[in-house]
Amino acid sequence: MAVRATRLKRVIGAVTAAAMVAFVAACGSGDAVDTASDGSVTLEFAQWWGAELPAGEFDKIINDFTAQNPNIKIKLLSAPYASTKQQLITGAASKTLPDVVGLDGAWVNDFAKQGAIADLSTLMADANFDASQLASQVQVKGKTYMIPVVNFVYPLFVNKDLLTKAGVAEVPTTRTQFLDAAKKISATGGDAKGWALPLDTAVPNGVQNDVMSWLWASGGSMLADGKPNLTSAQVKSTVEYVKSLNDAGVIAPGSLTMKEQDKVEKFTNGQVGMMIDSLAHINLIKKNKPDLKFEVAALPAEDGYTGKRGIPYASWGIGVSNSTKHKAEAFKFVSYLLGQETNAKLSTIANGFPGNKNAQPDFSNSDPLFKTAFDIYQQGYPANEFVGLPKSEDLMRSFDEQLQLVLTGKTSVDEALAKSQESWSSVIE
Amino acid sequence: MTSMTAPKAAAPTEEQVTPGRPRSVLARRLIPYGYLSPTVLLIAVLMVVPIIMVISYSFRDNVIVQENSVFAGFANYTKVLSDPDFLAALKNTAIFISVSAVAHLVLGLAFALMLNTQLLSGVTKAIFRIVYILPWLFTIAVIAVIWRLLLDPSGVVNYVLHTLGLIEESVNWLGDPGKALWAVTFVNVWSGYPFFMISLLAALQGIPNDLYEAAAVDGTNWFQRFLHVTLPQLRPVIISMAVLDLIWTSQQFALIWMTTGGGPLNTTEMLSTYTYKQAFSEYEFATASAAAVIVLLLTMVLAFFYVRQQRER
Repeated sequence: MAVRATRLKRVIGAVTAAAMVAFVAACGSGDAVDTASDGSVTLEFAQWWGAELPAGEFDKIINDFTAQNPNIKIKLLSAPYASTKQQLITGAASKTLPDVVGLDGAWVNDFAKQGAIADLSTLMADANFDASQLASQVQVKGKTYMIPVVNFVYPLFVNKDLLTKAGVAEVPTTRTQFLDAAKKISATGGDAKGWALPLDTAVPNGVQNDVMSWLWASGGSMLADGKPNLTSAQVKSTVEYVKSLNDAGVIAPGSLTMKEQDKVEKFTNGQVGMMIDSLAHINLIKKNKPDLKFEVAALPAEDGYTGKRGIPYASWGIGVSNSTKHKAEAFKFVSYLLGQETNAKLSTIANGFPGNKNAQPDFSNSDPLFKTAFDIYQQGYPANEFVGLPKSEDLMRSFDEQLQLVLTGKTSVDEALAKSQESWSSVIE
Repeated sequence: MTSMTAPKAAAPTEEQVTPGRPRSVLARRLIPYGYLSPTVLLIAVLMVVPIIMVISYSFRDNVIVQENSVFAGFANYTKVLSDPDFLAALKNTAIFISVSAVAHLVLGLAFALMLNTQLLSGVTKAIFRIVYILPWLFTIAVIAVIWRLLLDPSGVVNYVLHTLGLIEESVNWLGDPGKALWAVTFVNVWSGYPFFMISLLAALQGIPNDLYEAAAVDGTNWFQRFLHVTLPQLRPVIISMAVLDLIWTSQQFALIWMTTGGGPLNTTEMLSTYTYKQAFSEYEFATASAAAVIVLLLTMVLAFFYVRQQRER
């Protein structure tokens, strides 16, 4: 009898244990103990940056921080960009965001509205952080929710060999010169085309980087007082210009489903003479095609434009979870990454431009093209009007779809812009 | 003739139970449920709860991204069902899954018959088997990348067609609104037929040879044997596979997302990509949930036929 009772107890015990394991697994680790018995705090930092830096470099920066702050430990959660975005969206929904999060400016409005990320203005004030040293801040309703740590600009990349072959002596600086150069490159024969325009709707950032960049390069804006202004003369002129490039047959085929990586690949293989792309790809192109002669330049502007040129950029932004119990420690880490010395180091290894305007990246061991791009960046101004907008990816996609209709001759520029304006107005209140 | 009978064993009483069994009736009754409870709990946590949550979201507004959601009745369903993009996605999905399932079946059956024939040597059949099953060994991400390269306007497919004189100018397979749906359907057919082939080959090898011999004695030709012996014998497997394939293909997401992203001009938008965009691009989790529930209901119709067919077997 004793044996029977013991077996029954074992069965019940095993079932209970399995049920508890399943229950705990299902509930996640949102309330996991993150303060050790010695009082040290472990902060989770979810980002995609570590994966894009040379192996081990980001760990060194983190180790320096923990050496200076022994009571704060950093647990890096590194994943590719797209995975990070999805993980943060689900984390924000379930209130289980990591303590510190890598952010893209395009996500900020939605996370802030959701109450998922903390108001950094308050944290900066509490920590007596000097905000004047920051190159930029991403705000929603006057409160800072993201600070760009490293910026990556998108200049014009030009294949010098193709340009020379086409008989074009100078890198184009105006829209007319660009169209002329693109036509001449496309006329050289073979597969070569003047320009690549990625309009894939899965990741519609081609609208930001490859279309609106033409607008910003001429000092234009797609907004007026924070509201959509897509029917303005400047936006119309931009779309008409892109259409004229398409009508001239200088855009590489397949643009309606082309992705950013396809664009870079075509440029690397000499299939397109010019593209607008991230500086982050310079090393990739050099690695894959060491003998490719190319240079970077400011984006061409409207003929006769003499003002400063906006240059699109993307950022490795940083924010703090609103649900973390360690906001002060989290901001200490944020301020460390934005400190003059660390920020210079980070932007140097990332081949980007610093978020601290006093930090000077060291280009001595970098490709000279980075220095050229830095000069372009300093002569113009960083421009990305999608940063901080609600549902910015959706705004890009709806514009993308209308632009595709224009390029396939299914609608007029005016009609497409009117529909985009209507669509955007329903999102941007 | 003598016989020996064993002494009649007394029926166990509550006190005299078989060693190893609990004595209480209640405990004995609970034991099966105890064994089942981890599975039941897992199913509840991993399947039932998420499904109920999605259904609940579909009847509310401002879910997930807003702190205070409100009851919206059938408004999300009305919104989704009156959205031209959803209806286009429904139509595209219907074309995509039906063409894929038919092509999977025809190709799978053709290759299975080839691999089952007595006309080829064992070595030849082994080589063919390896070659034919290759598409199934690639992950969908690799398949998408390979076919994006092959179908590029300056890719291998256009080069071959141009060299053979079949086309004058490069065809934009994935970027042309008129061709993109057929191009992704072709890629899906390519990646999915080996599963049909293997299953049907197994079924073919299970058909008794006696049936073919009897049919041959009756003077039937090859086609008549195929029509009156092979197909009826394969029928249960074919129906099961076809229904399962319709369900699986209706949920195909990665291939579409990685090749066309639903474009150009929504011509390859599927119910899966539509739902994803609603959730992760527009942050409209309520309408995404409504779309997901509609897909669930449509899939349940197929599942109903599958279960009924399985019961009949």
